[in-house]
Amino acid sequence: MAAIYSLFIINKSGGLIFYKDYGSAGRMDTNDSLRLASLWHSMHAISQQLSPTIGCTGIELLEADTFDLHCFQSLTGTKFFVVCEPGIQHMEALLKHIYELYTDYVLKNPFYEMEMPIRCELFELNLSQAIRKDRIGLVGR
Amino acid sequence: MIGVGKVKQYTNVLDKPLSKGKQEVSLSAFAFLFSELVQYNQTQVDNIAELERRLEDAGYGVGVRVLELLCHRDKGNRRETRLLGILSFVHSTVWKVLFGKVADSLEKGTEHEDEYMISEKELLVNRFISIPKDMGTFNCGAFVAGIVRGVLDSAGFPATVSAHFVPMEGQQRPRTTILIKFAEEVLTREARLG
Repeated sequence: MAAIYSLFIINKSGGLIFYKDYGSAGRMDTNDSLRLASLWHSMHAISQQLSPTIGCTGIELLEADTFDLHCFQSLTGTKFFVVCEPGIQHMEALLKHIYELYTDYVLKNPFYEMEMPIRCELFELNLSQAIRKDRIGLVGR
Repeated sequence: MIGVGKVKQYTNVLDKPLSKGKQEVSLSAFAFLFSELVQYNQTQVDNIAELERRLEDAGYGVGVRVLELLCHRDKGNRRETRLLGILSFVHSTVWKVLFGKVADSLEKGTEHEDEYMISEKELLVNRFISIPKDMGTFNCGAFVAGIVRGVLDSAGFPATVSAHFVPMEGQQRPRTTILIKFAEEVLTREARLG
């Protein structure tokens, strides 16, 4: 059972800096994932402009028939989003947790260059632990 | 500390007891500072060995000062003069002040008489650091190795100290071993002392 299909992290200019696939449904090649990431970036920006509410920060949840897309944007403009099974509740907490891992294991790593693709062993290690924990249902409940 | 609680007035500044210092600092603040240290040094060098050396030199200065301070604070202005004494001083007292815990293990090298190893499952400076594949066996623990060298050197135990990753069975992450190789004169002196 895979509740989460995939995870994306995009930098403030819309470039995909991290992509991870979980489960078999909807596997994408690199080009598709890059395209989807920048597409989401633009849609997110447009939604901020179109929204009738003042001070709107963009789409947080997109519900479709076959998947839900949860998005979390940090104050610096880095966006984290997961594509998951429809109707899953606690994704915000998981996204915040992933953001925390990003600040710890990516931003405090002297060998990481800002806005560049993330290749940090410790980040991936802790991320897969968080996802595994989430499947058992410990995070954010 | 100044401004905390009721401070006794001393007429002579030298009569004042030495402050215990603040025992803890923010790990995040340290991690960012250390990260900057590594990044700065990276811009100053063109190979990894050079970077390792510069980090070690940065640590050396810390080690020299730490020895001075701890001898005064904890040992009543005395320092260890024997090999095992200074090693356990590094392993417990120094480690505790710098990292808030005693080092995981202190061992004698099996192959050489003059080698000792301090091992740490997760070295504090390496907590958030992933070494890129193209940097090979580089270890930011070189900074800690420098601290150890600084302490030993100024205590009169010249040694070469280096940091290595050692893979552990059943563990995803390798541990860091600080390898200490003492100079010949240290061992001859130690033998003479009996």
